Amino acid sequence: MSAHDLSRRALLGTAAAAVAAPALLAGCAVGGDNTPDQAEGQKNTKNPLGVAEDAPLEVVIFNGGFGEDYAKAHEAMFKENFPKATVNHNAVTEIGKTLQPRFIDGTPPDVINNSGAGQIDNGSLVAQGQLADLTDLLNAPSLDVQGKTVRQTLLPGAVETGSFDGKVFILNYAYTVYGIWYSTKLFTEKGWQYPKNWDEHIALCKNIKAAGIAPWTYQGLHPRYMSWPVISTAIKFAGPQVAMDIDNLQPNAWRSEGMKMAADAWYQIVKDKYILEGSPGLDHKQSQTEWCNGKAAFISCGSWLENEQKAVTPAGFNMAVAPTPSLGKGDKLPFEAVRGTAGEPFVVPAKAKNLRGGMEYLRTMLSMKGAKDFTGKVSSLTIVAGSADGASLPFGLDSCVKALKASGDKGFNWVYPTYYRKLERNLVDAACGEFFSGRIGPAEFLDKCQKGADEIAADPAFKKYKRTS
Amino acid sequence: MRHGKYPLLAAFLLPALGVYATFVISPYAQAFFIAMTDWQGLSSNFNMVGFDNFTYLLKNSYLWNALWHNILLMLLLPVLTIALGLFLASMLNVGNGTGRVRGVRGSSFYKIIFFAPQVLSVAIIGVLWKEIYNPRSGLLNGGLRAIGLDGLAKTWLGDPDFAFWAVLAVMVWANAGFYVVLFGAAMQAIPRDIYEAAALDGTGRWATLWRITLPLVWDSVQVAWVYLAILALDGFALVQVMTRGGPNFSTDVVGQRMYDVAFGEFKFGQGSAIGVIMFFLTLSVTVVALRLTRRERIEFS
Repeated sequence: MSAHDLSRRALLGTAAAAVAAPALLAGCAVGGDNTPDQAEGQKNTKNPLGVAEDAPLEVVIFNGGFGEDYAKAHEAMFKENFPKATVNHNAVTEIGKTLQPRFIDGTPPDVINNSGAGQIDNGSLVAQGQLADLTDLLNAPSLDVQGKTVRQTLLPGAVETGSFDGKVFILNYAYTVYGIWYSTKLFTEKGWQYPKNWDEHIALCKNIKAAGIAPWTYQGLHPRYMSWPVISTAIKFAGPQVAMDIDNLQPNAWRSEGMKMAADAWYQIVKDKYILEGSPGLDHKQSQTEWCNGKAAFISCGSWLENEQKAVTPAGFNMAVAPTPSLGKGDKLPFEAVRGTAGEPFVVPAKAKNLRGGMEYLRTMLSMKGAKDFTGKVSSLTIVAGSADGASLPFGLDSCVKALKASGDKGFNWVYPTYYRKLERNLVDAACGEFFSGRIGPAEFLDKCQKGADEIAADPAFKKYKRTS
Repeated sequence: MRHGKYPLLAAFLLPALGVYATFVISPYAQAFFIAMTDWQGLSSNFNMVGFDNFTYLLKNSYLWNALWHNILLMLLLPVLTIALGLFLASMLNVGNGTGRVRGVRGSSFYKIIFFAPQVLSVAIIGVLWKEIYNPRSGLLNGGLRAIGLDGLAKTWLGDPDFAFWAVLAVMVWANAGFYVVLFGAAMQAIPRDIYEAAALDGTGRWATLWRITLPLVWDSVQVAWVYLAILALDGFALVQVMTRGGPNFSTDVVGQRMYDVAFGEFKFGQGSAIGVIMFFLTLSVTVVALRLTRRERIEFS
């Protein structure tokens, strides 16, 4: 225990605070730098990461949409392989509030599911050197897929979202598909076909509106949800370089030809009033509920939508995801190309007492058995290829699996929200709000996004990252 | 007796002082210190950067935008809340016309209605009004449409032109009730014969309020002013629940900025610097408000 800890206890206990000098007090919040003894065991074929067999393992799980039962199952699997270890399981809803003090103190747990609204910004954790490099884990052999390393068992693009300057610090375990959602029931009833290109899309919007339904709604108070279809359209039109430039904060990345074409195209649904009236004033739950109630036909979201809307989705609604329509014949990527990305971050802190055990726990999660168990328990895909095969999935998730299959190796993604959370959460978000409520046009929209990116680029307080693939 | 006095005093005072020092003075002192660093809040590493955070913030247009909203709130929230509170309190407590000194019919019922928001937590108020402002199924637009005023139905929290005023209205609503009760209590303390004399002279409700009640409850108004001004400099909780500063930063306040910078961008040094700026703002507003409203006390004899 450090001197700072002692002084803090003393302050509380005996109320001698009146004499405490500010300098001593100042030590409290920022203080305590413990360098831990990290447990390590002998490496062998059964234990390629060199886990100390009797070292206790502390796991902290975000108790959100996925609950905590899946983690208990993973912990039991870990214990099967390391019976001498005790596993300490914790599930909390506010990861940041619970764990920030422990990071500062230098005594973080061994595995953290750093997720949820109260998560610690992963980019900041990486920038401050608080996370362990997971390369050893990825190069270790898979637990139950013979002859493959862990890395070789993963879906394409699974590792990139957690990579910073070539090193992997975050393991995003769940696989998320982003696209445009619609009710197959509504579309079958009305005889509508999901549009494959932009002209079909606009023609269908016209039909939908004529049928008394709004073609679109969006998460008005969190308008960044609409940046996803815009960027997707641009990438499909002009190729993945669009995303690369945005992620790397290239000058004028937001004003590229692809982004211009995409913004112009999407402006049409604003201009022609194809968006449900009042959408800009609805939050995500409210707008998604309007959509579930059949007030709007399309909404942009990720594959968590089905779970999130479970309580209010009418029976037989049968939601499905689809890629953004192609702009035209000249598109670089086919219509089927969809944005798939790994989400639900798991990390091993650099100062974890049982760092090796933490990585081994992730290896357990990434085994075929662990992944299948997860998909079965929480109805979500994992980054382990083929882990959803043979499972009976809900309608929406099943459509995600099909979309991914159709997309194949043409799938794409961008990572600037992980590198620079503020750029998406605040700046692009504000620009989307202005654009989709019709207060600014496409050119001003891109200018506003670019201005945000330039602000981040010019601010030395943000650590910058570059990616090349 | 002398020997026993100090241990007893200490037994009562020290624990309270200790708690105060630990949970109030110490965090303040730490904030001042952290504001001088580039601490990022996830490790124990930091560098002293002097006043860099403050010079950076001085040029930060987002902070100025947020500050401007707080200043607007500071000008409008006390005026609106106190005016509404005084008006309602005088309606409830001070009567005229027939020479009787009491409020309008059913005043005790209204008192409960007005005070109700005070027992709700800010989070509940925020969520409640977020639903009322829901442009599609909300009570407000529903009511407007029901009486044929479709043209007045807005997207409220989704429209940068209205969101700020929508939040301000909730703040007034949430606070007015307390001041109705505060001013009401002050009005009860005013000797009845003053009102009776005024009623004999045929003073109307309005003149009674303006010329008799207001001067005699001035002390309470003064206190209300300081409270509300400080409240206006905060406003964080309601903004965080209702809009998070959006759309397009139109409802951003300094507290929200501090939260975003510290817990969103993990720049705790800069966040603390915003906290220090807020500390001095609140302090100076309090001093100025107390000075401006200082007046001779009126003694009832």
